Amino acid sequence: MTRKKRRLYMLGLALLGLGSATALALTAFQDNIVFFYSPSQLQTQQVGDRNFRLGGLVEEGSVQKQPDGVTTAFRVTDTANTVSVRYRGQLPDLFREGQGVVAEGRMTGGVFVAREVLAKHDENYMPPEVSEALKQAGVYKNPAESATKTAKKE
Amino acid sequence: MIPELGHYALVLALFVALVQSVPPLVGAATRNGAWMNVAVPAAIAQMLLVLLAYAALTWAHVVSDFSVLNVVQNSHSAKPMLYKVSGVWGNHEGSMMLWIVMLTIFGAAVAVFGRNLPPTLKARVLAVQGLIGVGFLLFILITSNPFIRVIPAPLDGNDLNPLLQDPGLAFHPPFLYAGYVGFSMAFSFAVAALIEGRVDPAWARWVRPWTLAAWSTLTMGIAMGSWWAYYELGWGGWWYWDPVENASFMPWLAGTALLHSAIVVEKRDALKSWTILLAIVTFSLSLMGTFLVRSGILTSVHAFAVDPKRGIFILVLLAIATGGSLLLYSLRAPSLKAGGLFAPISREGALVLNNLLLSTATATVFIGTLYPLFLDIMKLGKVSVGAPFFNATFLPVAIPMVIAMVVGPFLSWKRADLGSALTRLWVAGVAVVAAVAVTAYVKAGSGPLLALVGIGIAAWAFVGSLVEFADRIALFRTSFRNSWNRAVHLPRSAWGMTIAHACVGLSILGMTGTSAWQTESISAMKPGDRASVAGYEFRFDGVGLVDGPNFKAERGTFTVTKDGRQIATLEPERRSYSTTRMTTTESAIHTTVFSDLYVALGDPTQNGTAWIVRIYHHPLVPWIWIGGIGMMLGGLVSLTDRRFRIGAPERRRMAGKTGDKSAPLPAE
Repeated sequence: MTRKKRRLYMLGLALLGLGSATALALTAFQDNIVFFYSPSQLQTQQVGDRNFRLGGLVEEGSVQKQPDGVTTAFRVTDTANTVSVRYRGQLPDLFREGQGVVAEGRMTGGVFVAREVLAKHDENYMPPEVSEALKQAGVYKNPAESATKTAKKE
Repeated sequence: MIPELGHYALVLALFVALVQSVPPLVGAATRNGAWMNVAVPAAIAQMLLVLLAYAALTWAHVVSDFSVLNVVQNSHSAKPMLYKVSGVWGNHEGSMMLWIVMLTIFGAAVAVFGRNLPPTLKARVLAVQGLIGVGFLLFILITSNPFIRVIPAPLDGNDLNPLLQDPGLAFHPPFLYAGYVGFSMAFSFAVAALIEGRVDPAWARWVRPWTLAAWSTLTMGIAMGSWWAYYELGWGGWWYWDPVENASFMPWLAGTALLHSAIVVEKRDALKSWTILLAIVTFSLSLMGTFLVRSGILTSVHAFAVDPKRGIFILVLLAIATGGSLLLYSLRAPSLKAGGLFAPISREGALVLNNLLLSTATATVFIGTLYPLFLDIMKLGKVSVGAPFFNATFLPVAIPMVIAMVVGPFLSWKRADLGSALTRLWVAGVAVVAAVAVTAYVKAGSGPLLALVGIGIAAWAFVGSLVEFADRIALFRTSFRNSWNRAVHLPRSAWGMTIAHACVGLSILGMTGTSAWQTESISAMKPGDRASVAGYEFRFDGVGLVDGPNFKAERGTFTVTKDGRQIATLEPERRSYSTTRMTTTESAIHTTVFSDLYVALGDPTQNGTAWIVRIYHHPLVPWIWIGGIGMMLGGLVSLTDRRFRIGAPERRRMAGKTGDKSAPLPAE
């Protein structure tokens, strides 16, 4: 096999790999991207039964444990609008009223049924999506101003 | 005083790094021996100065010097000593210090152990290392100085994030960084070779041990991070495809490709310019990982540090390092002479396939990680890309890769017979069929079809790798004694390969097992209650209060029985750290070889008589990390290969051919 031919093979294989990776990525994007919405955006957004992420603050006084002991109902707010959320399972350590939260799940009969609740940050930290959503609702206060501490992990 | 000394040492290190880079580059170009030789003492001096600075920072943490801002923000007088020491790198400034410590240690290692390197190459390698050092020292001094004082000094500190006060996470960053930064060696060698305009088998032989060492530590670092994320409840499990996890996974994938393509350069003098490119890409991905984590631009559960100045600084560093080296590559690569020819079906061909698949896998992870950022910057909405995307893109590439991984070592260099290779693998084929059949029978169709594929692939990788080893030592084809002799005299790199490849199979086994057949139970339990998960019975005995050094904990006690026989007592905790007002959930895990029993204690219910308890049964999960440790060991065993230890690599053609004549196939 000549050098030129070998190069051609390699190039062809490389292009094949690149092409299939792109094709895979594009098809996967269509089905598997999870959008993030704030309660206000949900008012206008058609979500159907798609999976998405909901973010905002846990409304003060809204957290209620259900009789079965493991289901929690609460409301997520960006102060302009609120959405009721139901979650079965153990809430993260940093879940607290008045704190930022991101939940992933879907709307079922007007209630957001969360599959997963994320609150993986320290007490001063607000997930970027939540601070963005609050900014849009016009109530954002920079939590970093009062905070001296940030936590990092790599 | 001591923090000032550290700061001073850091500034000095910056100037020494300049001395390490500029004169040697000029010297190498003008063949001025004295100027080139400056690099050696400079590299050692830079390491000593950086170590001094690092020691000063550690001292400030250990004695709790609260006049230093970094200590105030990340430490507390009551913090256990282990976390005072590990807390040094548990924050942004300190972790960048650790980065540069690793960098200078690698640089000094070349200076000390690289005696047999040609002088111009050595000078240039050290100079490039010095330049990377300049960039990062500037970064620390300008944007992230850890020695800033606070006046007046507060009485006590804010404490380290309790999530980081954990033995698993304490040692995760050093391993990870050693890996990231270790790839800087491959990068420096690649850039130096481009400047030299010369890549040959001897060059590959110098690069390979550094790449192997970096790859092994990175493997360990990733495995530790994954283990931590698994037992720290709520962090997402052993792998979440989180951008920060991906940031460490991309250099690993590219590094794995580099490791293999360097073999082709070393043995066959081919794929040279590709290998150089991979070295550049691998280190660029390491830099990008640092950027992604440190800039805080990610919508990540990890990206806590939000400081655009730092982000832009690293981005500029990344642009200079990657852009500059790629420019150099485009100028010089065409002049690199191509070496040995080979047929598509050959050992080289298999390694090319490995490289193509690994690069494709890297690309899919890259796209999935950066696409949300891209959309965000273009104001096209906030999205997140999670496990379903990566399962749909990464797995279709990874599966053929593992299948080919087993076949590759059976092929001979230059030209090979695929049919005969597959025939020799019949035992592995039987193992696959048996494993899939047994799994399908035992699990009776529970779990996704993909799980059966996973089990099959795991069996193929594990058994196939052992078959290759058996084939190489002619097991059962000659007397046992003869085989034993062959095994003993087999190059260490062959041993390393078998261990690492077989352990890939073990990891896949663990990943498949826990993904497909994990069971869990969430319930509110009162003391005396029982819960049953996967045939194990968990009795909740109650909750007691425990005092830790800087926390108070509620500790639950669970007695686990199976068929009336007591198996374990598990004591999960909920810790409240007073300084940070944070609660952490410390799960309790009982490991058997085949599964983990995992209990986490949640909040008390509203009337306070019961607790939310989460119980998991994770089948096969320990094998993920056993496999990870095994891969690292494989890398280390390969690192002890004779030709890296004594092989004063000489510059001549086909340097690899002098080794073991007894082995039917050359090493690797």
